[in-house]
Amino acid sequence: MAVKVLEEKCIGCGVCVSACPFEAIDMVDDKAFITDKCTACGVCVEKCPVEAIEKEEEKKQGVNIEEYEGVWVFAEQRDGNLMNVSIELLGEGRKIADELGTELTAILLGRNVNNLAERLVKYGADNVLYADSPLLEVYTTDGYTKVICDLIKTRKPEIMLIGATNIGRDLGPRISARIHTGLTADCTRLDVDLENRRLMQTRPAFGGNLMATIICPNYRPQMSTVRPGVMEKAKYDENREGNIEVFDPQLTEEDIKAKVIEFVKEKKAQVKLEEAPIIVSGGRGLGTPEGFKLIEELAEKLGGVVGASRATVDAGWIDQPHQVGQTGKTVRPGLYVACGISGAIQHLAGMQESKIIIAINKDKDAPIFEVADYGIVGDVYEVLPELIKGLDNIDEIIESVN
Amino acid sequence: MNIIVCVKQVPDTNEVKIDPVKGTLIREGVPSIINPDDKNALEEALKIKDRNKDVKVTVLSMGPPQAEVALIEAIAMGADEGILLSDRAFAGSDTWATSTALAAGIKHIGNYDIIFCGRQAIDGDTAQVGPQIAEHLGIPQITYVEELNIENSKVRARRALEDGYFMIESKMPVLVTAIKELNEPRYPSIKGIYEAYKGDKVKVLSAKDIKADENNIGLDGSPTQVNKSFTPPGRGGESEIIEGSPKEQARELIVRLKEEKII
Repeated sequence: MAVKVLEEKCIGCGVCVSACPFEAIDMVDDKAFITDKCTACGVCVEKCPVEAIEKEEEKKQGVNIEEYEGVWVFAEQRDGNLMNVSIELLGEGRKIADELGTELTAILLGRNVNNLAERLVKYGADNVLYADSPLLEVYTTDGYTKVICDLIKTRKPEIMLIGATNIGRDLGPRISARIHTGLTADCTRLDVDLENRRLMQTRPAFGGNLMATIICPNYRPQMSTVRPGVMEKAKYDENREGNIEVFDPQLTEEDIKAKVIEFVKEKKAQVKLEEAPIIVSGGRGLGTPEGFKLIEELAEKLGGVVGASRATVDAGWIDQPHQVGQTGKTVRPGLYVACGISGAIQHLAGMQESKIIIAINKDKDAPIFEVADYGIVGDVYEVLPELIKGLDNIDEIIESVN
Repeated sequence: MNIIVCVKQVPDTNEVKIDPVKGTLIREGVPSIINPDDKNALEEALKIKDRNKDVKVTVLSMGPPQAEVALIEAIAMGADEGILLSDRAFAGSDTWATSTALAAGIKHIGNYDIIFCGRQAIDGDTAQVGPQIAEHLGIPQITYVEELNIENSKVRARRALEDGYFMIESKMPVLVTAIKELNEPRYPSIKGIYEAYKGDKVKVLSAKDIKADENNIGLDGSPTQVNKSFTPPGRGGESEIIEGSPKEQARELIVRLKEEKII
């Protein structure tokens, strides 16, 4: 086990037992005992008041990490359009590459998307590796995995970032399993440990109740899928130049076992929560699905969009694409208005980076008030109509104050 | 036809709360459940079994001995038998090491036409184990499945995207990961519960039993390591509570929004 109790130091206080998120510590003869449930998360190491728990870093197997260099970003495109998360990855990848003093390479797969290759350079890529093939026009697990794994095996990047979209989360694990390297899912923060050239990959764990920083010390590339909407987008620079390498990948029809026979685009709920400057969200406190009419009205007045808590989505009051939080979207708008939302930790995980947070809730003890900049303890059905009315008379209200 | 369904026993994270003073997780009374997406995976297998008598559904899990409860529940819902991979050697596995163990368990079971997994588990939210099992077995995968049909030894599935869907077709064997839109999981019947607890339908296997490669399981076989865990930092700064009647509160808020240059 990587987490070890130093019995001579352990005073049997039991702090670790209650701190452990996985119920993996028992008291045996007044000493802490680590059981099979341990995931080596290290919470107990931090909490132990007498430093009686240690974590050992294991180094047994792995690859020669010095052979690997460069930061790669998977530039996901659908139907010839670059996904926003790809531009966010270029922004983050650029920072990481600069810190490591190495190059940023975008991996582009598709058919007749030369224009995207150009754009990737202008968004900060030093190199673009562009696999152009009719077999890559639409994403398939088998086709994309093969082409990217062949590239990784010959060119050996040290880091590979993939957007945590429904496609990225299909592709990433398949690549990591084939290459035999670690993959960290749905990261919300990336840092570099320069000394060891390690990517410190931080992600919510345990339903957003914990944050965990994951490393992949002995295998390369260090792979992460990155949550859309979290990283800052790269800036577009018309004058930027880079190398574009177009190649015809070794791929045949037979390589693709699970075939896409139809690709249907649905205009279903084009809610762009991640990009909205203002979000007005409703929660269980609305009491009925009709409450969202008020939410919509306020959102419209403010020039924002409608968000929702998980409870309201589960209850069928509003569609899932509106959901903010751990299992929904992570947002950081300029203004977030939480109406009738108590502020479960899973919800907070998805919105607490917002610039200004307003909370309106009947319950003055609701956790949402702890993250709010401005709180109103009151009934949503009384406050919102006043707010909507007031927004028609802003000048008059401001004047009356002065 | 042989179907294997991979399930995970998880704490119900919806029930987990944070102690506001100590900043630690309160887990007393948090129940263990079958991971929700895995129940959809199981339901889809059982639906195929409902339509076709010669279908055998095996549920497979990796976990501590008490995870047997999850397999018994799955059998009560209608699965034929359960296999629990339980061994100290599996402890501390990341998704790579978990998937190598489960793949070894599947090879040990032998014949399979479809492997169902849930898309992701609520205690980890990685969605990685399903695709990684498929890769270890060298079979195709269809993830995020919201509709599934079997026609002439082929699987045809509707696979959800953020902006639409793919219709995907694959020969068997294939690995499918289920999302909650796929179906509505059934409840165990009284008879099912009785049978499940009566019978000796769950087999517990060790790493040696399934010939798992010890270099690729458990903590030592995990490429990733947890460097540290911490409770999410709260937002700094005080919050200002706006008092008054609803009208006064609304007007005061508008003044603040103007000051913040939002409106």
